Amino acid sequence: MIEKILTGKTALVTGATRGIGKAIALELANQGATVYATATSEAGATEITNYLQQNSYHGQGLVLNVAETVSIKNVTDFLQEQKIIVDILVNNAGITRDNLLLRMKDEEWEQVIQTNLTGVFKLCKNFSRPMLKQHWGRIINISSITAIVGNPGQTNYAAAKAGVMGFSKSLALELASRQITVNVVAPGFIATDMTHSLTEAQREHACKMIPIGSMGTPEDIATLVAFLASPAAKYITGETITVAGGLAIH
Amino acid sequence: MTDLNTQQRVIKIIAEQLGTEENETTPDKSIADDLGADSLDSVELVMALEEEFGIEVPDDDAAKLSTVQAVIDYVNNQLNNKK
Repeated sequence: MIEKILTGKTALVTGATRGIGKAIALELANQGATVYATATSEAGATEITNYLQQNSYHGQGLVLNVAETVSIKNVTDFLQEQKIIVDILVNNAGITRDNLLLRMKDEEWEQVIQTNLTGVFKLCKNFSRPMLKQHWGRIINISSITAIVGNPGQTNYAAAKAGVMGFSKSLALELASRQITVNVVAPGFIATDMTHSLTEAQREHACKMIPIGSMGTPEDIATLVAFLASPAAKYITGETITVAGGLAIH
Repeated sequence: MTDLNTQQRVIKIIAEQLGTEENETTPDKSIADDLGADSLDSVELVMALEEEFGIEVPDDDAAKLSTVQAVIDYVNNQLNNKK
């Protein structure tokens, strides 16, 4: 039997109804972690609980909107009441509000920054304190290749995701002495609902640019996240790892 | 006047946070130099004091809490002001 690398650990994964977040939640659970995974709606949280149960994994879905302080407090209180300490925090929840800058509304800018950057700040702040106390923790923030190479129509998204990278480097330095690592995973073109909205031509064009020649899968991201979350990754911190089939090697 | 009970509670918290012995954690000791607190320890200590005593310690005040005695005095002051 292959040994599970996350046995005995508890993880919180945001934005886990589908796509990359779902794959991460499933993989962490598959590796033995108890997984609390979040969705913005009750229906989404139920869906998560169901997919975890179907695989006989430990954990459940929770409702969380990372753009709302009250919602973050509810989740924090729930976990505290159950005496659950989050060992592994995966900030995956994200939104897009694409528009060319000249047409971008203030709300489109603000919503993306609020969810994709401020949400990461708030969750890290909330959940790093118990990690400090126990002198062990893993924080993995999901960014995007867009933060590295840019993408027209995504100034807001790129700014937020690049913000996550700088944020994570600084936080990694703040927490390193307590054996808490903070890393970033930057997915490239991954086949999810978010990229399904691309036109056929856009997708073809993207695949031509990718040295490996195809889009990635959510599992490509999830296996790396599971490794970074594991005890074996204890000496890796402050890094951004691109998972993009060779796109934008830097 | 220093409330002995407050002093004991403060010393207990400092010792817990910094992993020092309570009998070594005497009022004359420097939090950083003698007791070995780094910047994270100091922040955690302040947060623990806030929780224990139901007070709020602004960052400017926290920066001045360099010795065990300074912490005891500060907490006493805050508690007296609350009354």
